[in-house]
Amino acid sequence: MLAESLFFSAILFAIGVVGVLTRRNAIIIFMCVELMLNAVNLTFIAFAQVYGYAGQVFVVFVMTVAAAEAAVGLAIIISIFRHRQTVNLTDINLLKG
Amino acid sequence: MLLQTAAVVAGGVAPHPLSGTAADWVWALPLLPLLGFVLNGALAIVGSARLGPADPSATDGAGHGDAHAGGHDSGHGVEAAAATATETLADGDAGHDDTGGTAAVHRHPYAGLVSIIGPLVLLAAFALACVICAAMVAVQPVTPFIQRYFAWMPVGDLKIDAAFQLDQLSMVVVLVITGVGALIHLFSVGYMRDDPGYPRYFAYLNLFVFFMLVLVLGANLPVTFVGWEGVGLCSYLLIGFWFSDRANADAGMKAFIANRVGDFGFMVAMFLLFANIGTLQYTEIAAAAPTALAVGGPLVTTVCLFLLLGCTGKSAQIPLYVWLPDAMAGPTPVSALIHAATMVTAGVYLVVRTSMLFAIAPAASLTVCVIGAVTALFAATIGLKQWDIKKVLAYSTISQLGFMFVAVGAGAYVAGIFHLVTHAFFKALLFLGAGSVIYAMHAAYHETHSHEDAQDMRNMGGLRSAMPVTWVLMWIATLAIAGIPLFAGFFSKDEILSTVFARAQGSTLSDASWMGIPGGALLYAVYGICLIAAFLTAVYMTRLMLYTFHGPNRTGDTERAHLHEAPVIMTLPLVVLGVLSAVGGFLNDPAFLPIAPTDLLGRWLEPVVGPATLQLTRGVPAEADPRMSAILAAVASAVALAGILVAVVRLKPAALRPAREPQPPETGIEGLLAHKYYVDEAYDRAIITPTVVLSRNILWRGLDGLIDGVVNLVPRIWRWIGDAGSAMQTGETGTYAWVLVVGVVIVLGTVALRT
Repeated sequence: MLAESLFFSAILFAIGVVGVLTRRNAIIIFMCVELMLNAVNLTFIAFAQVYGYAGQVFVVFVMTVAAAEAAVGLAIIISIFRHRQTVNLTDINLLKG
Repeated sequence: MLLQTAAVVAGGVAPHPLSGTAADWVWALPLLPLLGFVLNGALAIVGSARLGPADPSATDGAGHGDAHAGGHDSGHGVEAAAATATETLADGDAGHDDTGGTAAVHRHPYAGLVSIIGPLVLLAAFALACVICAAMVAVQPVTPFIQRYFAWMPVGDLKIDAAFQLDQLSMVVVLVITGVGALIHLFSVGYMRDDPGYPRYFAYLNLFVFFMLVLVLGANLPVTFVGWEGVGLCSYLLIGFWFSDRANADAGMKAFIANRVGDFGFMVAMFLLFANIGTLQYTEIAAAAPTALAVGGPLVTTVCLFLLLGCTGKSAQIPLYVWLPDAMAGPTPVSALIHAATMVTAGVYLVVRTSMLFAIAPAASLTVCVIGAVTALFAATIGLKQWDIKKVLAYSTISQLGFMFVAVGAGAYVAGIFHLVTHAFFKALLFLGAGSVIYAMHAAYHETHSHEDAQDMRNMGGLRSAMPVTWVLMWIATLAIAGIPLFAGFFSKDEILSTVFARAQGSTLSDASWMGIPGGALLYAVYGICLIAAFLTAVYMTRLMLYTFHGPNRTGDTERAHLHEAPVIMTLPLVVLGVLSAVGGFLNDPAFLPIAPTDLLGRWLEPVVGPATLQLTRGVPAEADPRMSAILAAVASAVALAGILVAVVRLKPAALRPAREPQPPETGIEGLLAHKYYVDEAYDRAIITPTVVLSRNILWRGLDGLIDGVVNLVPRIWRWIGDAGSAMQTGETGTYAWVLVVGVVIVLGTVALRT
C-alpha cells in the first residue's frame, strides 16, 4: 500500500514539475505548483500510516500555506494581467541582468 | 659651532638696539600690500558677481566677468588707452570691439574705490619704510635686526622660523620697492583705469609687492624662497593679465617655466647648505661659512653655482633670459615694476645676501662676473635692432642686470646694489615713459579705428611736440642709463667699472683662475666687455629716443592730431622718477667728485657687505685711488658720449618707413640681431621640441599607455566575470525553473549516489 501511494505521488509530482517547466501560462504553472504541493501532501499521508500522525499535522500546515499562497499568487497574477493584458511568462521578463 | 650658538644666545639676551623703535613694525611692511590684495581681490570678485548680462564683458572670459574686453591689435594697455573715451568714442567703438559688445569702455563699478586702496597701501608702506629707515639712521645698528614670529618648519635638525631680517641691505631695497612701487601704482591708476579687470590688476600688483617684501625681508633662505616663488606667480599672472589673447598667456607660461629651471638651482643650493652647514638662516650661514667651508673648495663653489642658476632665472641672465622679452606682453606698468625695477633684481639681491658664500668661492664669483658681462653685451647688441619700444627696454634691462651681475660677481656689492637702485629709478621712468607713449599712440589709433601697432617705433617719430613732458623726462632717463656724468647711471655704472678694474689689479679673484684663464686677465676682459656694452647702451637708447621723439612723424596723417600727453596722474610719477634719475647718483658720490657727502651708500651697507668685501681684498680696506677713479670715470663718460654721438650721426629717423609699408630687408648681422641671434628658435629645436616629442611619444603614449593598460586590466577582468553572471539573469521564469530543477536533481542525485 505504501509503495503504491509513494509511486502515485511521485507521478503527480513529476507531472507538476513538467507542467511548471513546459507551460507558459502563469495560471497553469500556478496550478502545477499546487499539484506538486498536493503530491507532497499525499506522501506525508502515506508515511503517516506507518510512522505516526506527525505527517498528518504537516499536511494541515502545507494546506494552510498553499491557501495563503494561492490568495497572494492569484492576486499578483490578476494585477499583472491588468497592467499588461497577458499572463504569458515569456512576456514578463523585466527582472534581468 | 658651539661658540657661534653661544653668540646667538647672547645676542638674544641683550635686546637689539632697534627693538623698541619703529623697526618693531617691520611686519606691517608686507602686510599692508597684502591687505590691499585682499580688499582689491574681494572687490574684483564682488564686482564680477554683480556684472549682469547687460555688461559686455560678462559674456566672455571663463567666469571672470572682468576678462579683457578688447583684444585689439597687440593688446597692450588697450582699454587704458581708451581712457579719453567720450560719448562719441563709446558710440564709434561698437564695431571695433572684437567681443561684439555694445560699448567698449566699461569702467569697473568699483574702479574708484580700487584707485584709492591700491596706491594707498603702497604709500603707507613707503611711509612706514621711511620711518623705520629714520630709526635705523639714528641707531646705526651693526647687526641685523631679526624679528621671529613662529616656528615654521621644526623637523628634526631642520628648524626654520618665519622670521624677518631688517638690516641696511634689506632697508635700501624695501625703500626702492615701496617707493618706486607706489609711483608705479599711481601711474597705473591712469594707465589701467578703463580696463574691465581693474581691481584684479591692482590685487595682483599689491600681491606682488607683498611677496617682494617677503623675499627681501626673509631672515632665511626658505622665507626668501616663498617670496621668490610668490613674485614669480604674480609675474605670471600679470604677464598673462590679458589672457584672452593666447600669445599673452603663452608669454606668462614661458616666464613661469624658465623660472622653474632657476628655482631648481635655488632649492638644490638650499639642500646642500643644510646638509653641510646645518642652517639656512643668513646670519648663521655668514658666521659659519668661513670656518665650515673650505675657501674655494668644491662644495662652496657648487652651492654658489646652484644659487647662481636660481639668480639667472629670476634676473633674466644667460641662459635663462629668454622669458623677459616675452614678458612685455603684460601691461606696461607691470613691466616697469616687476620686469625692470624690482623682481628681476632679486637675483642680484640674493647674491649680495649670500655674499659671504660667494666671497669664499672665487671661481663661482668669476662665473657670475662672466655671465653678467656676456649677458650685458649680448642683450645690448640685440637691443640695437628691435623695433618694439618695449622690447628695446626689455633687452636694455637684461643688459643692465648683466652689469649688476658683473658688480656682485666682482665683489663690488655696494656698486651692485647702487646700480640696482639707480636702475630702478631710470628704468622705471623709461618704461613708464614708454607707457605714456603707447597710451598716446593707442588713443590716436583708437580714434581712427586703425589696427596699427602702437608699440612699433617705426610708427612713431616726432612725438616731441605732442608729448613734451614725456620727451624731456625720457631724455633724462636716457642720459642716466647711458652714463652721462652727474646723472644717476653715471655714478653706479662707473663704480661697477672701476671696482672691476680694481679687483683685476689685486684681490683673491684676480689670483683665482676660471676654466684655466687667470682671474686677473678675465676681469680685465670683463671690464672691456662692459665698456663695449656701455657704448652700445648709449647707442640703442639714443636710437630709441631719436626714432620715437625726433624726426618726422610716421603715425599717420589723421592720427597725428590725436596724439596727446598723458593725464597728470601719469606724468606726476614720471616727474618724480625723473628727479630721482637725475640726482639719484649722489646717493653714493665717489671720492674724486666731492660735490655731495661721499660714499653714503657704501658706508651704509658696510655692516652687511663689509666682511665679504674684506675677504675678497684679503683684509685690506679697499681704498680707491682718486686719480685712477677719475681716469676710469673719464673713460666711461667718453664711451657713453661717443655712443650718443655715433647714434645721432649714423641714425636717420627721416629714412624710416611706417611699419605698414614694406621694409628694407635686414640681412647679415642686422638680420641676426633682429632675430635675437635665433636663440628662441635654437631653444625650441634643442630643448622644447625634443621634450615635447619625448613626453608625447614615450611618456604619454608609451609608458603611460603601458601603465594604464596594466591598471585597467584588473577591473576589466572583474567586469568580464560580472558580465557572465549577469548574462544568467535572463528574466525568463522558465529558465530559472529549469536551473532550479536541474540543481535539485544534481544535489539529490549526489546525495543518493553517496549513500
